[in-house]
Amino acid sequence: MSDISNARIEQQTIDQVNALDTYSAGFVTDIESDKAPKGLSEDIVRFISAKKNEPEWLLEYRLKAYRHWLKMPEPSWAKVDFPEIDYQDYYYYAAPKSSENAPETLDDVDPKLLETYEKLGIPLREQEILAGVKNPVAVDVVFDSVSVATTFKKKLKEKGVIFCSISDAIKDYPELVKKYMGSVVPYHDNKHACLNAAVFTDGSFVYIPEGVRCPMELSTYFRINEMNTGQFERTLIIADKGAYVSYLEGCTAPMRDENQLHAAVVELITHDDAEIKYSTVQNWYPGDENGKGGIYNFVTKRGLCEGKNSKISWTQVETGSAITWKYPSCILKGDGSQGEFYSVAITNNHQQADTGTKMVHIGKNTKSRIIAKGISAGHSDSTYRGQVKVLAGADNARNFTQCDSLLIGGTCGAHTVPYIDAKNPTATLEHEATTSKISDDQLFYCRQRGIGEEEALALIVNGFCREVMQNLPMEFAVEAQKLIGISLEGSVG
Amino acid sequence: MIKIKDLTAEIDGKQILNGLNLEIGAGEVHAIMGPNGAGKSTLSYILSGREEYEVTGGSIEMNGENILEMSPEERAAAGVFLAFQYPVEIPGVQMSTFLKTALNSVRKARGEEELDALALLKLMKQKQKQIGVSDEMLKRAVNVGFSGGEKKRNEVLQMMMLEPKFAVLDETDSGLDIDALKVVSEGVNALRAEDRSFLVITHYQRLLDYIKPDVVHVLAKGKIVKTGGPELALDLEKNGYAQFEEKAA
Repeated sequence: MSDISNARIEQQTIDQVNALDTYSAGFVTDIESDKAPKGLSEDIVRFISAKKNEPEWLLEYRLKAYRHWLKMPEPSWAKVDFPEIDYQDYYYYAAPKSSENAPETLDDVDPKLLETYEKLGIPLREQEILAGVKNPVAVDVVFDSVSVATTFKKKLKEKGVIFCSISDAIKDYPELVKKYMGSVVPYHDNKHACLNAAVFTDGSFVYIPEGVRCPMELSTYFRINEMNTGQFERTLIIADKGAYVSYLEGCTAPMRDENQLHAAVVELITHDDAEIKYSTVQNWYPGDENGKGGIYNFVTKRGLCEGKNSKISWTQVETGSAITWKYPSCILKGDGSQGEFYSVAITNNHQQADTGTKMVHIGKNTKSRIIAKGISAGHSDSTYRGQVKVLAGADNARNFTQCDSLLIGGTCGAHTVPYIDAKNPTATLEHEATTSKISDDQLFYCRQRGIGEEEALALIVNGFCREVMQNLPMEFAVEAQKLIGISLEGSVG
Repeated sequence: MIKIKDLTAEIDGKQILNGLNLEIGAGEVHAIMGPNGAGKSTLSYILSGREEYEVTGGSIEMNGENILEMSPEERAAAGVFLAFQYPVEIPGVQMSTFLKTALNSVRKARGEEELDALALLKLMKQKQKQIGVSDEMLKRAVNVGFSGGEKKRNEVLQMMMLEPKFAVLDETDSGLDIDALKVVSEGVNALRAEDRSFLVITHYQRLLDYIKPDVVHVLAKGKIVKTGGPELALDLEKNGYAQFEEKAA
C-alpha cells in the first residue's frame, strides 16, 4: 500500500474516533420498554389514551385530531429537504417498564434511569442538588413517552406552584388543562402539531398562581432512547396575573442510523403583568458527518400574551437535530404586552435548520424584539424565517428585528426570509440583517496568541452569539457555550 | 537565538523574500527598516506562521529548533509573538476572555498550570496598569471600536501577559501620536530582558528614538542590504531608501 493511501486510512480512523467523541450524549440505555405496536391508527390513539387512563373528553380530542391529521398536507414552505416520512414505521408509545407503577419518590425510580441522567449531567437527587449549587433547578424528566420523575414538587407546592407531568395534570387539575390545552396551538394548526394532539404521550405542566414569583428555575429534560420511536410531548405553562417563571428545556438522544421523529407542542399563556421566560438548549442527535440518522425536530411553540403588560421571552440555542423546523412565536394580545425571541442556530455537516419566529401584534402599544444568529458550516443549510404581523388595532406597535448569519467554509448556505405585514400606520418596524464569514485574519490573530484553531473558532462564534447567550440562565449559558464548540468540531482546517 | 538563513518566500506566486539572512542574539533588539513593498510585513507573517505565505527555501531556527514546521499556535507557545500592524476585531469576544483563553492555551502548551479566574484577574490588573489600559477597555470586545492608540497598547498588553521569547513588532508606530508612542515604547522597554529578543519593523526612524535598537538592518527587495548600528537609522531618515533599492536590484 502506498504511503498516501496509508495516510488516508489513518486519517479516516482518526476522523471516526473524533466523530464518536463529538456527540457525548449518544449512548443508549439498555432498559426494558413497554411499547405500543408499530404504526399509527385509531387503535393506537385509543391505546395511548387507555394506557394513560384518560378521561373521555381527551380521547375525543385525540380522535378528532387524528381524523383531521389524515386529511392534512405536510407543510411545504420550509427550506428543508428530506424523504417522505413513513408514519407507519414509528412506535408512538414507549415507556420504561419500571415506570408502570408511577414512582412516588426518586427512590422508586429505576436506578438505570437515574444513571442515564447522571451520565448526561442532570442531577435528580434534591439533597445533592441543594448541596451542589446556589440556584437549584427543579426538573421534570421525560424518557421516551413518559415523565419518569419530577423534583422539588413539594417545595414548589408550598408557594402554590404546580409543576408536574402533563399526565398528572390531566388527572389532578383537569379544569386547568381543559381550559388552556389547545387554546394557543389548536389541534388543526399544522400537520405536526395535529399529530402531536392525537398521540402526545407526556410533557410538563406548570401553573404559577397570581402574584407568585416562582422560587426556582423549572426545567424539563427530554430524552429519546428507544429505536424508531417518536417523541410527542406537550408542554403547557400558565402564568397567572403578576406571576413570573423561568423555564428551561434540554434534549438529547442516542446516535442511531435511522431518523427519529420529534413533534412537540409548547403552549405558554401569560395573564396581566405576568412573565414567562422560556429557554431551550436543543442537542438532539444531528446525524453523522455524512447526514445519516439524526432527529427530525418538528416543533410548534407559541405563547399567548393574553393579559395587559405581560411578557413572553423565547431563547433558544439549537445545535442538534438533522432537521429543525421550529418557530417559537408570540401573540401579543394584551395591550402593552411584549414578545422576545433570541435564537442561535448552528448547523454543521448535513444538518438543515429552518427556524425563526412569528410576532403577532394585536393589542395597543405592543412591542417585540427578534435577535437571530445563524451559523452554518460543512454542507449544512440554515434559514431564518420570521413574520412580524401588525393588526389594524395595534396602535403604536413596535418591532426590532436583527438577523445575522455567519458562514464557515464555502459549502454551506444561510438564508434570511423575513415577512412583514403591517395593517396599522402607527407601527414602527426595524429590520437589520448581516451575513459574514469568519475571516482568516480573525483565526490567525487568535492562533498567533496561542489559541488552537478549533478553540479559536468556538471563541469567535460564541462572540457572534453573545447577545443571545446573555439571555440564558447562568448554568445553561456555560453548557451552551461548550456545546457550540463541540457542534463545530471538524469544520475548519 | 533567532537564525534566519537564505529565506525565500512567495504569496500568490509572487516572490517577496529573496534569500534573507538575519541573526538576532538573546536579549538583543534589532530594527528592520525599509521602503514600502520591501517585504517587511511578509517577514513578520512568515515568522509567525501565516499559511497564505509559502516558504520556498531557507530556514528559520529559534534556539536551534526549526520553527517553519510549527503551526502558528505552536510557535506562540514556543514564544513567538507578533504585535500586529493592524490588530483584528473580534466582535462579541470580551478582551478579558480573549486574554484568559490565550494565556491559558499557551500555559497549557508549555506544560504550566492554567490560571484560575482570580489569579488571572490579578495578573491582568498588574500588567494593564503599566501600559495604561483601563478596566473598561478590557470589558469591550477585542479591538472593536478601539482607537489606533488603544489597539497598539492592547497589543503590548498581550505581549506583557504572554511573555514571549521573541517578539516581532510590525510597524507598531503607525497611527500613533507622540504620547501614545511614548507609552507603547515604555511598555516594550520594560519587557527588554536577557532572554528575550525583539525585531522592530518600522518605516520611520522616529520609533527608534524610544526603543533603542542594538542593530539596524535595511530591507529592500526581499533581502537585507545593509546592517549597522543605531546611526544607520539616522542616515536613512536623512538620505532615504533610494540608494539601497538600486543596490538590491
